[in-house]
Amino acid sequence: MAEYSFLSLLRNAFSGNTDWQPAWRKPDPKPEYDVIIIGGGGHGLSTAYYLAKEHGITNVAVLERGWIGQGNIGRNTTMIRSNYLLPQNQHFYEHSMKMWEDLAHELNYNVMFSQRGCLNLANSPSQLDDFARRGNAMRHVGIDAELMSREQIKAFIPALDMEFGGRFPVYGGMIQRRAGTARHDAVAWGYARGADRRGVDIVENCEVTGFLRDGDRITGVTTSRGEIRAKKVAVCVAGSTGQVMKLAGIDRLPIESHVLQAFVSEGIKPFMDTVVTFGAGHLYVTQSDKGGMVFGGDIDGYNTYAQRGNLPIVEDVMSEICAMFPGLARVRLLRSWGGIMDMSMDGTPIITTGPLPGMYLNCGWCYGGFKATPASGFCFAWTIARDAPHELNAPFTLDRFHKGYVIDEKGQGSTPRLH
Amino acid sequence: MLISCPYCGPRDLIEFSYQGDANRTRPDRVSMDVPAWNTYIYDRVNTAGDHAEFWQHSGGCRMYMRVVRSTLTHAITSVEPARAHASSARRAKRTAR
Repeated sequence: MAEYSFLSLLRNAFSGNTDWQPAWRKPDPKPEYDVIIIGGGGHGLSTAYYLAKEHGITNVAVLERGWIGQGNIGRNTTMIRSNYLLPQNQHFYEHSMKMWEDLAHELNYNVMFSQRGCLNLANSPSQLDDFARRGNAMRHVGIDAELMSREQIKAFIPALDMEFGGRFPVYGGMIQRRAGTARHDAVAWGYARGADRRGVDIVENCEVTGFLRDGDRITGVTTSRGEIRAKKVAVCVAGSTGQVMKLAGIDRLPIESHVLQAFVSEGIKPFMDTVVTFGAGHLYVTQSDKGGMVFGGDIDGYNTYAQRGNLPIVEDVMSEICAMFPGLARVRLLRSWGGIMDMSMDGTPIITTGPLPGMYLNCGWCYGGFKATPASGFCFAWTIARDAPHELNAPFTLDRFHKGYVIDEKGQGSTPRLH
Repeated sequence: MLISCPYCGPRDLIEFSYQGDANRTRPDRVSMDVPAWNTYIYDRVNTAGDHAEFWQHSGGCRMYMRVVRSTLTHAITSVEPARAHASSARRAKRTAR
């Protein structure tokens, strides 16, 4: 397959762009593989890519119910950051951040990673103290963080109403300048192409309907396209984790599925060149390269598998963005959509072997899975290949809840709708 | 989403607050059974389909109710006062003793 390069662009420009090859094949599933990955989202594809690249395991199938990029990898608000307080999260997400910094080169695919910074606004003095604590914790392990004063923020984002309509004045903020955004579809396509060219079969329109068992051991899957056997079966299905694991007889997991809505406005002229979050409520907003304001807020707050939300959250999010940016009040909303989040009980993911022999589980990303895509795939591939976790995902076990090793970044307890 | 409060009638979602999964059994308050407590606190059935859950009419009569709602379509099939559910659970426990 041709590399994407200036020369290949030039060559194809002269041949009328008729020589481009599809980025990945559409193979029929083989009867047996070394590894099956259920779920062709960002994490599943990156897992396949790193299995092939780092561990030389290329007899791999990625089974996707719909098509590549249909799920949460194409539904998120594309923000990438590693501004965490707890060391387990810091090391994992910072590793991810470093992978993002080289990802376009690594994949030979432009993922449009833009390190435009992520500014968390503090709307009370105590929140600013909390940010100082988190920033210090980050700097302690070598992650960049800076506190910004009111005056600096005013100069940095002129469109921001520093009083939030009079109710929530901005006291300051914390910025991670290496944070930013990437083009989410390109991440899925880049990983799909990278995995495919190393021999991985990406099988779309192939829904897993059950598991093949030999006693407790998982030996394959039944799908809408027939039985497929495998030595190892990895489950990487985010919001559908509950449904898929029930097929394997696992009734209860420390996961609830919730819907998170996201919104994009009509395109406007360059307005803001960073990611900014509302401290008093919950809102995060950035401007896409096309000019649309891309933003989201809280999850709807009740269990659901429907990829659509209800109006109270829409109203909540809109009132927040209008409080931050009164100038956007008359900008029209172009689209809104929902994605299903696998909310874990402590807000931290699960990347582990098991819970059954021959099975591997990657889930619990809450609404922070996109930024973890490279590191999640890297760690999950390691776990699958070696039957043991990498040191970065060693704390992200499934049994940590029952053993008392929860990683509760926000200190909210086991209330998934609060994480 | 409209929820028919057994006390107030059909009201909009915005008046209600979600109180979580009703498929869990809380161990007796003096129980020292740690695995049972962990299961109660952390493990969820996360049903795709009809899901029993608690809601509070926090913007109205403030009463609690047990709702059966499809997590695939948001259609509500039953709403009953949580009190009835709690007392039947208590009754079952008393009978078991």
